[in-house]
Amino acid sequence: MAPKIIVVGGGLAGLAAVIKIAEAGGSVDLFSIVPVKRSHSVCAQGGINAAKNLKGEGDTTDKHFDDTIYGGDFLANQTPVKAMCEAAPAIIDLLDRMGVPFNRTPEGLLDFRRFGGTLYNRTAFAGATTGQQLLYALDEQVRRHESDGKVKKYEGWEFLSAVIDSKGVARGITALDLRTMELRSFPADAVILATGGTGALFGKSTNSVICTGSAQSAVFQQGVYFGNGEFIQVHPTCIPGEDKLRLMSESARGEGGRVWVPRAAGDARPVEQIPASERFYFLEEWYPKYGNLVPRDVATRAIHKVVYELGLGLDGQPMVYLDLTHIDRATLNRKLEGILEIYEKFVGVDPRDHPMKIFPGVHYTMGGLWVDFNQMTNIPGIFAAGECEYQYHGANRLGANSLVSCIFGGFRAGPNALNYAKSLPASEGDGGHAAELARQAEINAKLLNNKGTENPFRLWRELGATMTEHATVIRYNKGLKQADEKVVELLDRYKNVNLSDRSQWANTSFAFARQLKNMLELSRVVAQGALLRDESRGAHYKPDFPDRNDERFLKTTKASFTGSAEGPRFEYEEVDTQFIKPRPRRYDATK
Amino acid sequence: MATRTVQFEIKRQASPDAPAIWENFELEWRPGMNVISAMMEIAANPVTADGRETTPITYDSNCLEEICGSCAMRINGKARMACSALVDNLEQPIRVEPLSKFPLVRDLQVDRSVLFDNLMAVKAWVPVDGTYDLGSGPRVFPQQQEASYPLSNCISCTCCMEVCPQFNLDTGFVGAATIAQVKLFNDHPTGKVFKEDRLRALAGDGGIQECGFAQNCVEVCPKNIPLTNAISDISRDVLLQKAKDFLRG
Repeated sequence: MAPKIIVVGGGLAGLAAVIKIAEAGGSVDLFSIVPVKRSHSVCAQGGINAAKNLKGEGDTTDKHFDDTIYGGDFLANQTPVKAMCEAAPAIIDLLDRMGVPFNRTPEGLLDFRRFGGTLYNRTAFAGATTGQQLLYALDEQVRRHESDGKVKKYEGWEFLSAVIDSKGVARGITALDLRTMELRSFPADAVILATGGTGALFGKSTNSVICTGSAQSAVFQQGVYFGNGEFIQVHPTCIPGEDKLRLMSESARGEGGRVWVPRAAGDARPVEQIPASERFYFLEEWYPKYGNLVPRDVATRAIHKVVYELGLGLDGQPMVYLDLTHIDRATLNRKLEGILEIYEKFVGVDPRDHPMKIFPGVHYTMGGLWVDFNQMTNIPGIFAAGECEYQYHGANRLGANSLVSCIFGGFRAGPNALNYAKSLPASEGDGGHAAELARQAEINAKLLNNKGTENPFRLWRELGATMTEHATVIRYNKGLKQADEKVVELLDRYKNVNLSDRSQWANTSFAFARQLKNMLELSRVVAQGALLRDESRGAHYKPDFPDRNDERFLKTTKASFTGSAEGPRFEYEEVDTQFIKPRPRRYDATK
Repeated sequence: MATRTVQFEIKRQASPDAPAIWENFELEWRPGMNVISAMMEIAANPVTADGRETTPITYDSNCLEEICGSCAMRINGKARMACSALVDNLEQPIRVEPLSKFPLVRDLQVDRSVLFDNLMAVKAWVPVDGTYDLGSGPRVFPQQQEASYPLSNCISCTCCMEVCPQFNLDTGFVGAATIAQVKLFNDHPTGKVFKEDRLRALAGDGGIQECGFAQNCVEVCPKNIPLTNAISDISRDVLLQKAKDFLRG
């Protein structure tokens, strides 16, 4: 019988894994909270990196590798990153063959544009909805395998836990049907988690509603290491909103967009009356070589400095201009229409005529489940791919590297899980299914019958507020301690949680309350991991420790769950730096 | 200063068999507020306008930037995405109801899986030989890319099906979204290998002949997809295919 693999998550990484397994003759059960076509990968805008060198610039996969390692401040293990950069051109070709409507040159070849942290035109793109187009291409291929009976989808099911046998080997999962609220366990020879980022830890972010990190946290609490949890990317350009922070893609700057504020604080003149000499293009002045295309952590800190230290935010508000008005409308529509429409629809102003008002927002989780170079976690049979694992982006991800890392990771995890499954000995007894089901049923019953007073959605807002205040752009040890204490308080109040809805049909409060517990546990990994890392590296910045400290911290953080009041246990692992020797990371000077 | 508030009337139904009721909510106005942020507010404080405790509302949503296609519902009678429905642009009380053409799950949540079934029936994919490295894809000129890209922007929200007079259980009509995908794949240099299969799938009952050209679809589409053009083109191709198949016997 063909090995059975369970893939959890139907974004790019999950679908990529599914396709490889189906193609190799394996049988896949695919679990997703939402119909997979609605996964968060759909939100990626600007493009996907590959050194195809179609612009005659002499770009190479080695340069892509170097930019990625340097951009990540040398924290990523170099072997897998090198392999990813080398595989990227063929991944673009494959997506092209699958029908992704990439933008084209007049000769009918793939067009490329610039993105942050590189000096090369390395980013292939489909308008400004590249993630949507890539996700659809993989969704279509999975539907094809589904029609051939190789894939069975469980859409509308939420992963609750891994089933682990007496020898510590994964034997399947438990999941909840979000409609009928049925709890079930599903056997498998290997499980691949591809469950995305953790934006919800911060309340509002650019992430979709489902990006709670709940699945990662669940297996973390079952013994999987969490790597580099303290590394959270805050994207410099987002539209602040009531319900979320909407991303305004880096491609806006890749196509020539300029970030600025009036030089004089409180300058209330309309934009067109402010002459060029009175505009402060701070990224271009501070970083002449990369200009507006410095990496995201650098741009985000610059915006913070302009707003909070120099007091130059627009109208005294935490906002700066992102200006495209000097670019002609036809070009903007051809290359950026998707994101311009988002601004127009949600702000009510046409960014082709008026500069956009933007501010940084939590965007990407560089850390994640610890995996080896084969994408397997420390629990045999549990694999991870995509944003939910830690290994491709180090301390800061470069724009347009996420799509390639998701697909590459999925392409590796799928075949590796299948190979692993082929040599897996049969489980003893039921492989732990009955025990895990009973454990989950007990958690569910307790939650449903809890007679407390705390509303889970309000607890979540408090979590988001404290994490955003203390554990994002600028970090102080005092604040990080406060954040951890607040999370402990919330964990305590969670025991007193009260579901406003106790029904057994499409009960969203129930599902959310389960996610919230996992979010709280994972927040301690972020806050404490940041507290312990007394240096500044990539997205992790402490004014009290402004320099990178390779001697102490050129190391992967590995957090493990203890269940004790103190929180996770931390250990550190050497980073693989065998190809590129770490050097200072300075975007204001030549690399 | 009195707080400015926003009035909502939301249609509730606890399960497919339960009776439908309307609940009113009065929420504090906030700048940039949309229908989703209002429902998030209700979840954090599930109390009706007359002070009665209720349950958070069940609805589909995910990206909140009108690209995932989840949060389609009827707002003041119009099928649209709730995330981009800004409160300031809506007449109050804002009446929110589920889509009416799909099986109801609970409250504003409906089951739209029929669209994904339809996409499978018309083989809406490019049949690549495999995912191993076979070099670059076919050359595509910018004009072709610019024609395909809008069709490829379909977010599967099903608004076009909701407003179509012909889309219902009796006709079994596939709806505009699926027809537009047939055009997308039939125009693709490799995808066209299934062109005849796709056209035949649209030739029988529930196929393209059910379209009554009401043109509601193209008006309601949040992504401005040229749906009626796609339907015209594919209608012609289906007729030609029927004629060919007839002559071939």
